[in-house]
Amino acid sequence: MAEATYLEAIRQGLSEEMERDPDVFLMGEDIGAYGGAFKVTEGLQARFGEGRVIDTPISETGFVGAAAGAAHMGMRPVCEMQFIDFVSCAYSILTNYVATARYRAFLPCPMVVRGPSGGYVRGGPFHSQNPEAAFLHTPGLKIVYPATASDAKGLIKSAIRDDDCVLFFEHKYLYRRIKEELPGADHVVPIGKARVAREGKDLSIVTYAATVWKALEAAEQLATEDGLSVEVLDLRSLLPLDDEAIVATVKKTNRVLIVHEDTVTGGIAGEITARVNELAFEWLDAPVRRVAAHDVPLPYAPQLEDFVLPQTGDIVRAARWMARY
Amino acid sequence: MAASSATAPSRADPTELTRDQLLELYYWMRLTRSLEERLVNLYRQTKVVGGLFRSLGQEACAVGSAYALRREDVLSPLIRNLGSMLVKGATPLEVLRQYMAKGDSPTRGRELNIHFGDVDDRNFIGQISHLGDMVPVMAGVTLSFKLRRQPRVGLVYVGDGATSTGAFHEGINLAAVQRCPLVVVVENNRYAYSTPIGRQCAAERLADKAAGYGIPGVRADGNDVVEVYRTTKAAVDRARRGEGVSLVELMTYRRKGHAEHDNQSYVPAGELERWARENDPLDRYAAVLTGREGVPAAELAAIDARIGQEIDRATDAAEASPPPEPRDCLSGVYADPAVMPALWYREGIQSAVERHERPASWGTHDG
Repeated sequence: MAEATYLEAIRQGLSEEMERDPDVFLMGEDIGAYGGAFKVTEGLQARFGEGRVIDTPISETGFVGAAAGAAHMGMRPVCEMQFIDFVSCAYSILTNYVATARYRAFLPCPMVVRGPSGGYVRGGPFHSQNPEAAFLHTPGLKIVYPATASDAKGLIKSAIRDDDCVLFFEHKYLYRRIKEELPGADHVVPIGKARVAREGKDLSIVTYAATVWKALEAAEQLATEDGLSVEVLDLRSLLPLDDEAIVATVKKTNRVLIVHEDTVTGGIAGEITARVNELAFEWLDAPVRRVAAHDVPLPYAPQLEDFVLPQTGDIVRAARWMARY
Repeated sequence: MAASSATAPSRADPTELTRDQLLELYYWMRLTRSLEERLVNLYRQTKVVGGLFRSLGQEACAVGSAYALRREDVLSPLIRNLGSMLVKGATPLEVLRQYMAKGDSPTRGRELNIHFGDVDDRNFIGQISHLGDMVPVMAGVTLSFKLRRQPRVGLVYVGDGATSTGAFHEGINLAAVQRCPLVVVVENNRYAYSTPIGRQCAAERLADKAAGYGIPGVRADGNDVVEVYRTTKAAVDRARRGEGVSLVELMTYRRKGHAEHDNQSYVPAGELERWARENDPLDRYAAVLTGREGVPAAELAAIDARIGQEIDRATDAAEASPPPEPRDCLSGVYADPAVMPALWYREGIQSAVERHERPASWGTHDG
């Protein structure tokens, strides 16, 4: 079987689910004949028709709300945000309407909102965001953010099959930079389960999305230069978080560094720190620490963006500090 | 309760109503008003847990428009559309239990007032408080009808205030582009909370907004129930024929405050009294029935009496309903997991401490 990129993995997942279930359909801006800004949906309209790959007006509230209505009627819509930065335009309807529908009205709302996320691509303040934490404290939503091609495929399929709304963040830096041989059409990755990306015993790096790869690079460097054995936990799902996997890695290494690309204040690392404190306080040999983006909007120039975002060298420095503690 | 068949008769003029249907319209309007009057009594007795929202003077809008729908059509009511929900099959008992936050209310105590729905059988969807949001949702409901080639129609209400929202614009525009079988009823009652229409919108006629979406917009007397029915029915039939979205502006007047607590100090002197005296939809319709339609006044009085008994029975049943079980609040956020865990301090601190695995020493442990 040929290797597929992270982007192709998402397309495969979408395509297989559309094949499997006639109620699955796609909505978004320029996703039809054009195939989407990043070509994730390329070829899908030709294959499935205009009724199942729908180009919408520029109206994130409009088509996210419409997805909810169609989902109430038993369909399984998948909405593409052209860039995930624009999901904030649909923040109200997602958090007020969609997330509460099952609870307040017993209305099923099986739908997916997906889109290219993240920086390291010189996209500037409005094409680089990681807004996942903004949705973390919204009961009723689920959030996934895969780091590998096979997880991207397995999680988009799980997200489409889930009976509630799943926000599917996909990292645009990874779209065409990583590839692997993908499992077949029956491959799904359960929502809420983390993955140990590298085994280790001296220190754990808990992370997700593009920084999984930076953590793996850092782990390799620390092994070579410092003889440190670093475990990397790829969360994959952010809501719900896999407490069991987080606690297991804390008990194994007794030192936890949390790394994410989102800004540090109010980022998911804070929530993970609180959980480690509540569930595994006595196992810690060092304070939990964070490597994340500085609390500024993401700037455009490479020199500026590189300073703001966490880099492999930052993770190495932070890990050394923790190992010495 | 009257037979609730809202199916139009199969005759040359599809908007022509039989005598029974004309009386049914009266029944729903009177039921709406009497039920709200009962709710006022219960509110004053502090048996209504939250606020109370009246549709006094707007009953014809809700009833006449919903009467144009079939059972399989989906209705999206707003806070002043109790009448439309009753037409769609909501019962006074459900409404009373809901206002009184009972455990067997349609939302099991999770939501307030008439924020409830049923998409399995009677086909109406519970609103949320963010005005305008139901327009995109109903665009999607009706998009599903189009995609599945179902001969069903959706009807969504907005007030004059909600036409200012982005959600209204995005939803109606998307539905128009997709030619969804959707009727958007703008119920212009001239006030959004305390804000008069002139401070809401610079356009003379809200129906004119339709032109910007490339859809027909019509205006009708919202206090004439038969005109409301006929106007809406034409839009519903058009939608069912696959001709897309229509906007219907119903001119009416909100005679009570935003909610029961609102003293309407912002309303010019004499305005409320004038509307009550000259343009009450029930008075007007009763006069039509007893006049032109030749219905004996005693027949209307008998309907009123029957409604009174129905509401009495429903009130007794609602008052006897149990409150919700507190722990039910943890269920149903997701399909999976079905129940959220209670936080540790609700389990009892002692048991939480005992359950907490506690090592003998600190940090790195043997084994």
